[in-house]
Amino acid sequence: MSNMVSIEGLTVTFTGRGKPVRAVDHVSLELEKGSVLVLLGESGSGKSVTLRSLLRLHPEKTAKVEGRIMVDGHDIMALSKEGIGAVRGRTVSMIFQEPMLALDPVYTLGQQITEAILRHEEVTPQEAHARALELFEKVQIPSPERRLNAYPHEMSGGMRQRAMIALALACKPKVLLADEPTTALDATVQIQILLLLRALQRELGLSIVFVTHDIGVAVEIADRIAVMYAGRIVESGSVADILHAPRHPYTRGLLASRVERAKKGDRLKTIPGSPPDLTALPPGCAFAPRCDMASQACREKVPDLVTGPYDHAVACLNA
Amino acid sequence: MMTAPHPSILDERDRGGPAQSLLSVNALVKHFPVKGSGFFGRGGVVRAVDGVSFEIRKGETLGVVGESGCGKSTTARLLMHLIQPDRGEIIFDGEKVGIDLPLSEYRRQVQMVFQDSYASLNPRLTIEDSITFGPRIHGMAETAARAKAHDLLARVGLDPSRFAGRYPHELSGGQRQRVNIARALALDPRLLILDEAVSALDKSVEAQVLNLLQDLKADFGLTYMFISHDLNVVRFMVDRVMVMYLGTVAELGDGEAVFAAPSHPYTAALLASMPKMDPAERTIEAPLTGDPPNPINPPSGCRFHPRCKLAEPVCASILPPLTPSAAGTSQAACLALVPQSGHSHADRLAMPPLDPESEPMPEASA
Amino acid sequence: MSVLQQSTASVLPPIARSPGYWSGVVRRVSRDPVAMTALMVIVSLILMAVFASSIAPADPFKSSMLRRLKPIGTPGFPLGADELGRDMLSRLIYGARLSLLMGLTPVPIAFVIGSALGISAGYAGGLTNTLIMRTIDVFYAFPSVLLAVALSGALGAGLTNALVSITLVFIPPIARVAESVTTQVRSLDYIDAARASGAHAWTIIRVHVLGNVLGPIFVYATGLVSVSMILASGLSFLGLGVRPPEPEWGLMLNTLRTAIYNQPLVAALPGMMIFITSIAFNVLADGLRSAMDVKS
Repeated sequence: MSNMVSIEGLTVTFTGRGKPVRAVDHVSLELEKGSVLVLLGESGSGKSVTLRSLLRLHPEKTAKVEGRIMVDGHDIMALSKEGIGAVRGRTVSMIFQEPMLALDPVYTLGQQITEAILRHEEVTPQEAHARALELFEKVQIPSPERRLNAYPHEMSGGMRQRAMIALALACKPKVLLADEPTTALDATVQIQILLLLRALQRELGLSIVFVTHDIGVAVEIADRIAVMYAGRIVESGSVADILHAPRHPYTRGLLASRVERAKKGDRLKTIPGSPPDLTALPPGCAFAPRCDMASQACREKVPDLVTGPYDHAVACLNA
Repeated sequence: MMTAPHPSILDERDRGGPAQSLLSVNALVKHFPVKGSGFFGRGGVVRAVDGVSFEIRKGETLGVVGESGCGKSTTARLLMHLIQPDRGEIIFDGEKVGIDLPLSEYRRQVQMVFQDSYASLNPRLTIEDSITFGPRIHGMAETAARAKAHDLLARVGLDPSRFAGRYPHELSGGQRQRVNIARALALDPRLLILDEAVSALDKSVEAQVLNLLQDLKADFGLTYMFISHDLNVVRFMVDRVMVMYLGTVAELGDGEAVFAAPSHPYTAALLASMPKMDPAERTIEAPLTGDPPNPINPPSGCRFHPRCKLAEPVCASILPPLTPSAAGTSQAACLALVPQSGHSHADRLAMPPLDPESEPMPEASA
Repeated sequence: MSVLQQSTASVLPPIARSPGYWSGVVRRVSRDPVAMTALMVIVSLILMAVFASSIAPADPFKSSMLRRLKPIGTPGFPLGADELGRDMLSRLIYGARLSLLMGLTPVPIAFVIGSALGISAGYAGGLTNTLIMRTIDVFYAFPSVLLAVALSGALGAGLTNALVSITLVFIPPIARVAESVTTQVRSLDYIDAARASGAHAWTIIRVHVLGNVLGPIFVYATGLVSVSMILASGLSFLGLGVRPPEPEWGLMLNTLRTAIYNQPLVAALPGMMIFITSIAFNVLADGLRSAMDVKS
């Protein structure tokens, strides 16, 4: 089986206070072993919710998750509590935008990593410590021996992000989930982290699902990109296809509005309107209200995601 | 609806004519004390802004870029007089602020838009009340202030009949930032400081707001100081650009020239760190290693030397002054540009330039 | 004004108004059955105090040696009689007057003074903050009961002095809460935006600070009403507050303590009233807090 992750018809509905919100709507995805898939979308597009579903991180009481998620042969939705616990960290692990929230402030980084190794594997504390040191070297933290004894708050943003990656890799996962890990960083540090993730992916054969709102970041790291809008995938394809031959009007609009492609002082071509309100989605294509190509048919029925040549799929009646 | 600009108002307030810079800043310094560890522990100081001088010309957009901790936001707050400088002076259209020009008068002419659109609006006030607050305290009658607020809302693309009576949490991030812009314009400022004003917005919304800012600038005859960490947005928006590093100015000059051929190695590294937008030309090697250093104990000499690829021993001992670049389009604080500075590249400078490509720069892929 | 109006728009078009924050809070509290029950208890206690003379079946001061310590359910004395043979039900109803007065009066006064101190300290920051808050910390260092007793003792027994001492006890905690909320709000960008528009500090406090800090301080103060009730009862119990023969729950608890073995149920009744009132105020404060916490 060459697909490390495969998602079929994933639908996530939040039923907290007020109206139920369908944050993810019939999303199907495949991630090839050893490749990087980027989920690209703006706030409220459902990209992070999709990612969290892979580890079943949504609270069971307020989130209804439907569909089928297979990760390395594990049926995530069917696993018991112990079963999902074993998958977390060992098969799939995750890194976040804000490492301070993911790292425990009262333990040193070394303690956190050795503890994670000892919990999942039967090794001696000495071996676990040696592994932690090796991980710190792998994520290119300078003077790793000393940094293992540091607390999270003693490190700078970029170093903390590296430490969190080391922690995520502690139990040799096959899939790494990255939730906007570079968004809070300076551009000079962001590129370092992206290069590090790419190196680790090659070296360890990791499969990565990377969530971002920034096309520039996606282009630097992705093999394939899936563009999400209002909880649905509107287009997916290889990074070159998405960038050079976008077919969905939303993707095209996003690319056209980039300042990189504009001359100084030009008017930017913009997508009119604002991102949709998930509690009041239109019956048809969610992008139709902002789309200049929208026809009556677009407003009536949600278009299917149709796969064309080179696995380039698009959900648009006019594409 | 008020569609015409207010050239009359602007002309009335103009003092030195178009040649005089609207704002000039001389040797601005701001250090923050750091609380020390222990009961009587002596803390250090954060040298947030350490001798910064620049000017903003009438009608231009000055971009300010740099990593976190470079002092760009502190500079903005100093210009707004939200914090007091330790040293240095701010001159607005020829008048020293606080001496020739009273602070209250200065504040009507300089306004600011913050990054966090939610935190910069009072959650208990309606949009209308937030916008009218400024004009009201400057003595405008309520009806007139409301009419003005409605005009401004319409100008920033929000229908006043729908939005004036609503509260900030009912608006999207882009709409809130439009309100913040309207609020800043309510006092008819001449200079608008935009501190990461579009950084928190979704990209499709960011483009809309950038267009709006360009329109407003033309319509109201505004001057902008545009602070951002996103070099692509800065390149698109600005006439001139100031690159800051650890509280000092690294490079200052014409925007297009600086982005096309940066003179300071730091500017070049910043540019090379931006994502490439082309999968065939991905970044192979990070232009800078490590995180931006802490401004508590900045390095001696040139502050950039520990991360600089051109660094030589002399860089650790001499603080480089702002020096005109070879092309004359910008000034950069780099010893490699100062003749007889002791830097090996500077020796080559002394010789007549042979061809433009031999410019002593690292990979400047802009 | 008319000139300005003409130059822009002669008539402002009608605008859609959203319901304000406080109407949302009221709506949410009114949908909270627990908080509403507590509110109803409080309202009925207040009504009981106001109309005591028409509700009470007997004269609360009329004593009789023959009726001493009658049990609950005695005909003509539904809640029994106290150690001097006075009707318990009537005394409890009349007692609500003084007890509620002593529980409710100190809190609003302390709320005003404490908020003023705390908000000034929080907004000014720096040396002003240090001066105000460190002074307050000196008082805060004593346990509230001890402080109330000491102040009352120093001022002398009596209703007014008891009220004053309880008020003084509540100022430090309210000021501390006010200071911390204000410091938080003070750091937000909209305060900087208001300062940048040239507004005077008092204008900023009035328009931008008060609306955002009074809510949390008010919730905290509501929770103090129950403490105030208990402190007041305690002072009366010690003979520092209300004096006999006035009916007041704390004092009644004191005078009935000798009867705790003969008529435990009757002796416990004033305590029950204090308990019910305190719980009602605490529950209402909790309801208010959650109604105000809700984001958007």
